[in-house]
Amino acid sequence: MRSDRILLAHGSGGTMMRELIEDVFVAEFRDDVLKRMDDAASLDIPPGRIALSTDTYVVNPVFFPGGDIGRLAVCGTVNDIATSGAVPLYLSVGFVLEEGFPVADLERILVSMRDSAVEAGVRIVTGDTKVVERGHGDGVFINTAGVGALPEGIDLSGSHCRPGDVVLLSGTLGDHGIAVVSTREGLEFSTDIRSDAAPLNKLVAEVLAAAPDVRCFRDPTRGGLASTLNELAMASGVSMTVEETAVPVRDQVRGASEMLGYDVFQVANEGKMVAVVPAEQAEAALRAMRNAPYGEDAAIVGTVDAEPPGKVYVLTAFGAKRIMDMLVGEQLPRIC
Amino acid sequence: MCLAIPARILSVDEFHIAQADIMGVTRRVSLDLVPEAGPGDHVLIHAGFAIQVIDEADAKETLDLLLQMDMFREDAPGTEEFVEAAAPEASTLGSVVAEEA
Amino acid sequence: MDYSSFRDPVVARKLIEAIGSTPVEPVKFMEVCGTHTVAIAKYGLRGVLPEWITLLSGPGCPVCVTSNADIDTAIEFARQPGVVLTTFGDMMKVPGSYSSLTREKADGRDVRIVYSPLDALDLAQKHPESQVVFVGVGFETTTPIIASAIETAASRGIGNFSVFSAHKTVPEALRALVNDPDVQIGGFILPGHVSTIIGLEPYRFLAEQYHVPSVITGFEPVDVLQGVYMLVKQIAMGRADVEIAYTRGVTPEGNAVAVAKMNEVFEPTNAEWRGIGIIPGTGLKIREEYAAFDALRKIPVTPPPPREIRGCQCGEVLRGVTLPYQCKLFAKACTPEHPIGPCMVSSEGSCAAYYRYTDYGKS
Repeated sequence: MRSDRILLAHGSGGTMMRELIEDVFVAEFRDDVLKRMDDAASLDIPPGRIALSTDTYVVNPVFFPGGDIGRLAVCGTVNDIATSGAVPLYLSVGFVLEEGFPVADLERILVSMRDSAVEAGVRIVTGDTKVVERGHGDGVFINTAGVGALPEGIDLSGSHCRPGDVVLLSGTLGDHGIAVVSTREGLEFSTDIRSDAAPLNKLVAEVLAAAPDVRCFRDPTRGGLASTLNELAMASGVSMTVEETAVPVRDQVRGASEMLGYDVFQVANEGKMVAVVPAEQAEAALRAMRNAPYGEDAAIVGTVDAEPPGKVYVLTAFGAKRIMDMLVGEQLPRIC
Repeated sequence: MCLAIPARILSVDEFHIAQADIMGVTRRVSLDLVPEAGPGDHVLIHAGFAIQVIDEADAKETLDLLLQMDMFREDAPGTEEFVEAAAPEASTLGSVVAEEA
Repeated sequence: MDYSSFRDPVVARKLIEAIGSTPVEPVKFMEVCGTHTVAIAKYGLRGVLPEWITLLSGPGCPVCVTSNADIDTAIEFARQPGVVLTTFGDMMKVPGSYSSLTREKADGRDVRIVYSPLDALDLAQKHPESQVVFVGVGFETTTPIIASAIETAASRGIGNFSVFSAHKTVPEALRALVNDPDVQIGGFILPGHVSTIIGLEPYRFLAEQYHVPSVITGFEPVDVLQGVYMLVKQIAMGRADVEIAYTRGVTPEGNAVAVAKMNEVFEPTNAEWRGIGIIPGTGLKIREEYAAFDALRKIPVTPPPPREIRGCQCGEVLRGVTLPYQCKLFAKACTPEHPIGPCMVSSEGSCAAYYRYTDYGKS
């Protein structure tokens, strides 16, 4: 790979594109199926159902404390597959690169993706790349699609929550969103907070084993816990109440949120999982979560009730109840 | 119009710009409006500026005074739901999980 | 310093009981600070107070009371070639007559959010080829900060920085409210951080000329309850004074350094308050000596004629005449997703607070 920048020619299907794929993508990903560079990957999948998911990543900045767009792209799709109860197996990756993007940055992202895939136990087996003119892309956009094996008898859904159920959260809230905003021009501040981007398939598997009647899993990404719980409450036609004092939040996340006027419940997370379980299995689910990778700060944060359907409440630290509302558009820093 | 939060001054440079700590997060803050403030002081910060030195002793005194208010009456109106919600046993989560050993 | 002590439910309970056991006639208290609007809604304080106390939200959200014409002007600045428009995040989504800063940004204008005007100054220094215009919105808590930034620009010769001042002051607006026959305000919950700057004196006229009690109040739930309690006590004793509940953040003299800076750079002018009209002497314009940093003098713009949206009752809501859920558009045509007026769009607008944190007015 002779050029240190991505050029339009690298996307045109000719020898330069082959050079990019062989010298950079295949070299970094190091997968046997990928190396074959067939148009489709032929794979072995256990008999039965599969789960399929896709997501596209456009985060800016591309590198942020604790992670990068590549790690997000792998973990995000792994986690989405995992929420269905399936075991994630294979990923495809699609890149849209902007002309002029440094090859060194691309290599760094690919290494991050490979390491994340190894950690999650999934294989990146096929991919595609295109190059767009300078000014027509934000450096790099990544799409990942994933396939997982869905064992018989598993039927998780956001519409299965019932009154009396318990809401678990796998760890501290707001780390990713605060880590990203801390680097944003015009808002910068110094913090030790790092993105929590992580693969949670092992955590989900262990909770599923310990609490087989779990209703659903959901990862509170964009829109934070508020969006996730509101979606679940609406899908299931139930009400939920979260106890503010039970929700784990790092001091620095709290401090940054207070400073910017952010609502921690609406800040994005990339390495957290919400699980709704029947009350009698809550203790077992919590123990499994706390013993699983990335679940050490797991906590029971709320309960499910019958009425009023579709509404989520916060029992505040101060003792009064108010609605936990869903994000509308982007959360912006405020001084008022 | 009043989002101002407490922060602790860590250091000040020669341009009256301080490094302030907000629960572990550090940010630059101008002391131009509170020039007498220095390292160790707690200040209220708004839009990147300190606007007042916070009187911590006052804060403690206020809370102590409020706690001593001898106006507690069981039948005071509007307090029933609140009293229930504030009592520790009212936590619906407490009954679900036994303390981890 | 930690927040939990002023969010302590035990202390709060004592205050609520104290309030409940102080007998007075039904009374309306108005708070004039958007941050109070949000705190009251967020902590569910209306629900824990006795029903003979009505808490009204007034025109305390500087974003909400910024006129359509001013927003249109800010947008015009953004449309000038070479201008980088910098603003607090609060202003981004507020609709003007035809557009909003968020829309302008989507259309390719250079509009950037900053946390502090110092960040805008930095931008100006880093990009000498651009004209950095800062949208100055806010009451006395914020204006001295903008004044300091202008002084810094002047002393460092940062020639490509200017401010579009839509700043306003609070005390004379209170006079307009207390004179309003449509609302009988029994007491004011005064803005804590505005008072950190201006102190107690500017509010004296409320007690001496209008016999209306007022209490300078902080923003944690215990602070607000303490403010309400002190108001109720004044009424029970037939008194009308200006008191400070928020003693840890406010002194009677205020911050003289900040006030001096504000007066050094700005001078009073008339201002149009959205939904209320012109309140004389409540605006702030940049003095002649600092004309080089006044965007209005430096960059001539001609915004289109302003246009109000029919049916929007923000004005009545801001004066406390109409409660948000009494507006015909509330939760129907006007929601946070599709806001009609600033009270729904602003993060501390009355309508937004009611919509986000309560069930009022929704089926």
